[in-house]
Amino acid sequence: MKPVKFEYARPADLTAAIELGGRGDVMAKFIAGGQSLGPMLNLRLVQPDLLIDITAIAELKNIELKTDALFIGACITHADIEDGRVPDVCAGAMRAIASGIAYRAVRNRGTIGGSLVHADPSADWISALTALGAQAIIRGRGHQKRRVAVENLMTGVFECSLSQDEVLTGIEVPRLSPSARWGFFKHCRKTGELAHAIGAYLHDPARSVCRAVIGATGARPIIFSDASCLFGSKSGGRIDRAFAENAMSASGVTDPIEQQIHFACLRRAIEQAHA
Amino acid sequence: MAYVYAMIVEGRSSLTDQGVGASILRKEDDRLMRGRGQFVADLRFAGLRDVAFVRSPLAHGLIRGIAVPDDHKGSVFTAADLDGVKPIRAVSGLRGFKVSDQPSLAVGKVRYVGELVAMCVAPTRAEAEDIAGTVDLDLDELPAVYEMLAARDPTSALLHEHWGDNVFLETFVDVGIEKVLDAPIKVTREIRTARQCMAPIEGRGAVAIWDNRLEQLTLYSACQMPHIVRTGLAGCLGLDEGQVRVVAPDVGGGFGYKGILLAEEVCLGWLAMHCGHPVRWIEDRREHLTAGANCREHHYRITGYADREGRLLGIDCEATVDSGAYSAYPFSACLEAAQVASILPGPYDFPAYRCRTYSVATNKCPILPYRGVARTGVCFALELVLDAIAREAGVEPHEVRSKILVKPDKMPFTNITKKWFDSGDYPESLRRAAAAIDIGAVRLRQKRGEPDGRLIGVGMATYCEQAAHGTSVYYGWGIPMVPGFEQATARLTPDGGLELRVGIHSHGQGLETTLSQVAHEILGIDIAKIKVVHGDTAMTPYSTGTWGSRCMVMAGGAVSVACKEIAKRAARIGAQLLQTDVHNVTVAGGEVAGPQGSVSLGEIARTWYLKPQNLPSDVDMGGLEATVGYRPSPDSGTFSYATHAALVAVDPEIGDVEILDYVIVEDGGKLVNPMIVDGQILGGFAQGVGTALYEEMPFDSAGQPLASTFADYLLPGPTEVPAARIEHMETLSPHTEFGVKGIGEGGAIAPPAAIANAVNDALRPLGAELLVSPITPRQVLAAIARAGRSAA
Repeated sequence: MKPVKFEYARPADLTAAIELGGRGDVMAKFIAGGQSLGPMLNLRLVQPDLLIDITAIAELKNIELKTDALFIGACITHADIEDGRVPDVCAGAMRAIASGIAYRAVRNRGTIGGSLVHADPSADWISALTALGAQAIIRGRGHQKRRVAVENLMTGVFECSLSQDEVLTGIEVPRLSPSARWGFFKHCRKTGELAHAIGAYLHDPARSVCRAVIGATGARPIIFSDASCLFGSKSGGRIDRAFAENAMSASGVTDPIEQQIHFACLRRAIEQAHA
Repeated sequence: MAYVYAMIVEGRSSLTDQGVGASILRKEDDRLMRGRGQFVADLRFAGLRDVAFVRSPLAHGLIRGIAVPDDHKGSVFTAADLDGVKPIRAVSGLRGFKVSDQPSLAVGKVRYVGELVAMCVAPTRAEAEDIAGTVDLDLDELPAVYEMLAARDPTSALLHEHWGDNVFLETFVDVGIEKVLDAPIKVTREIRTARQCMAPIEGRGAVAIWDNRLEQLTLYSACQMPHIVRTGLAGCLGLDEGQVRVVAPDVGGGFGYKGILLAEEVCLGWLAMHCGHPVRWIEDRREHLTAGANCREHHYRITGYADREGRLLGIDCEATVDSGAYSAYPFSACLEAAQVASILPGPYDFPAYRCRTYSVATNKCPILPYRGVARTGVCFALELVLDAIAREAGVEPHEVRSKILVKPDKMPFTNITKKWFDSGDYPESLRRAAAAIDIGAVRLRQKRGEPDGRLIGVGMATYCEQAAHGTSVYYGWGIPMVPGFEQATARLTPDGGLELRVGIHSHGQGLETTLSQVAHEILGIDIAKIKVVHGDTAMTPYSTGTWGSRCMVMAGGAVSVACKEIAKRAARIGAQLLQTDVHNVTVAGGEVAGPQGSVSLGEIARTWYLKPQNLPSDVDMGGLEATVGYRPSPDSGTFSYATHAALVAVDPEIGDVEILDYVIVEDGGKLVNPMIVDGQILGGFAQGVGTALYEEMPFDSAGQPLASTFADYLLPGPTEVPAARIEHMETLSPHTEFGVKGIGEGGAIAPPAAIANAVNDALRPLGAELLVSPITPRQVLAAIARAGRSAA
């Protein structure tokens, strides 16, 4: 279980990294914390010619507090967030979610940007940042910059909408209003395991946001961008199970047991927010 | 001499408390815990090259061709190259056993995913894997035999065509089952245990070196039975045993997997003999999980007969074991299933029994004996049936067991399958476990309900574990090895230190410490001055090795008698030096003491080695080195036993099971080092939790193994294994040194049964029952859904 032979580069600035990524004559992969890519290299599931290590690029470790949002550089680790080295604009949500990712050893090296572009549907950030309404900030050649909602970054299982000559530089998380409430519940069979089901929920009435996510479905998360539909008109605040199950069926989650577990996770996330 | 002997046996050492019964820290941990252990992968040799194997991607197929690119010819070897190498053959003498020949590299056919097809050698493992990736296999896929019950069907595809079916062995025993067929309570269950992997921290691995001067092959191997591997390897390679040396350095856990002679080792041995440089293969985790360390896959159709009060009257069972493609050396493909028939009755006394077993060949890697071997499965099957009977009779789980556990006044007791239980108070372990888990309090709490909506339940399981069973048990199996007298060499060194040479191997059990404690008990030498030499066929007496929870009984017994022999010889020299008669001296505390003074064993050793002019004229010319053989009489094995009790909470909405409390009341006879015994029990318990709730090696209908990394093969971690509470009882074995019993496997036997029974107790209000291991959230929710449907 050893990787194939590959070239290794560790550029110091973003422009160089983007140039290397866009070379075209070789199969190149960006690596940050390597907590997913490392094992995949060893298993030869990925056989790149060139590995571009982006952890020496200072810009990717930026943290910037704005009036209505927080920018978190792509190479910020889960542990940075867990330990409070990143300011909190989400009523503790980011810190709580970070502390539940895998194991501390993984959190020490694994990065928020790496987790997003790896696009494993079972990972925490894809679902959590979708619920929080975060934006992905992407840089291409010639300092071209674009932003995309996190839910649109992931295009499929292990696939995201970055081209070879683009790098995710970070994410922008909106600042929640003081009355906002959030909930996040994931189901793992053991501590540290990737989730089998995730429920994520944000209710921020001052910003007119009520968003729910069913994640870890084996595909892109299922998003209820207006989660009030989950409560139905005459449910008296109770969550409409049939509505959620229909949404899951429409997204290809048809197994009744999977539906039950996903629904339970969503309901528990919502209960957590309103507790 | 009788006087000296008596003093040796009864006298406690006075030096320090390092003898039998002392919970001293483990000697070997000084290097192991500081990262200074030396495992196979740590060894360095000039010119060493690495091997990677081309393995079958198919479960079942005909080999049409193996194409090696021209630039890699000479670095790739197939079966056609291995001239003179014999297949691995592990027969059983049991009537009707069908023989499988396992070629070291596949010949004609592949029979499981991961079977070795070609061997590639290169300066590094990565380059060897590169070469392996260029070898092109032309295979014709055959239907995969992936399910053991279907494999028994006459229309099934065949693994070994000349057999005519897929059954290695069928056994049958009937002790009066017709007497109980009209019993008032009759519960029938279909029970399954998943295929598992053993998953020691260190996988297998080997380095092979041919020495032209000695005309000897040295195999460094991560193994637990070096002498048996040597015998098997010499046979396959056509070498004299004197031409093979097997060294097992530090080994990171074995659990049975490392007792097996591997095809990889045969391949490496052949390669080292032909290529002129040392070669190495280190198993990676994918190889380990998919093609190596599989175990445990059982299926039971089992009926329990009982009277209205829940007293068990009989068990009728048909058990099938998925043995995989080949019979593994030396334990054979039938050990597991045939053992089911002999140990299914457990620690209980009941009048009627019938059992039919099948060892079935499938297109999966061979099943290997894992800690507890068949016991974990039979304990699961029997204990689930006992709880089903308890529910039917309306009695508590401990009540149904207390009616039939063998009573202490019946010991020694011969059970329905002629097992000879040596000693113990089985019902007392049950009473203590029931009290410790506090069943009465659980019942009250169940009535109140849990604030979080979970359901709690209590479950129990009692087992007894035959250990260190010897010649009289194993000759009947007719497998390639039968354990006999275990030998140990004890040797006083000129400075008064002691060397102990034993043929077993210690790979986590702490035997470097506990065997020293045994020697200390006899001679009183400080254990810091006692060196245990093991794991090298060139330096130790022949032994079948470490398996069957036998080391403390057998090697510990051998060390004890060898040290007594040294004591006897030292006493004679000491008496001369003390100018007294040998009948006036005693050996204890590292010295020989007479009426007027004492002389140290160090001084006696110097006299023998360096000042022989002072020796008595009638000195034993064997000197201060003795190899002595030992076997308890009778040698039918010691029986340790325990009752486990679990309290669990089940989340009926998402199917999670949490262990809230766990109690183990255990009797392992005299405990040489209680701290190490606790470690053995807790390690086994962790593995039992894995069996109960997490570990599963699934296969698809093409025979593809589906868990190839630890992301898919779930092992319990620290947060999944709660702190179990252990209580010890200490009933001596009447026929071993110090009264010790084997305890190595017990911790892994009962947890699946106790936890499953607790889950079923929790789910009783919903009418759901789990009959599988592992109990996954999906299994829990499916059982609840089934119960809901049948109630509707």
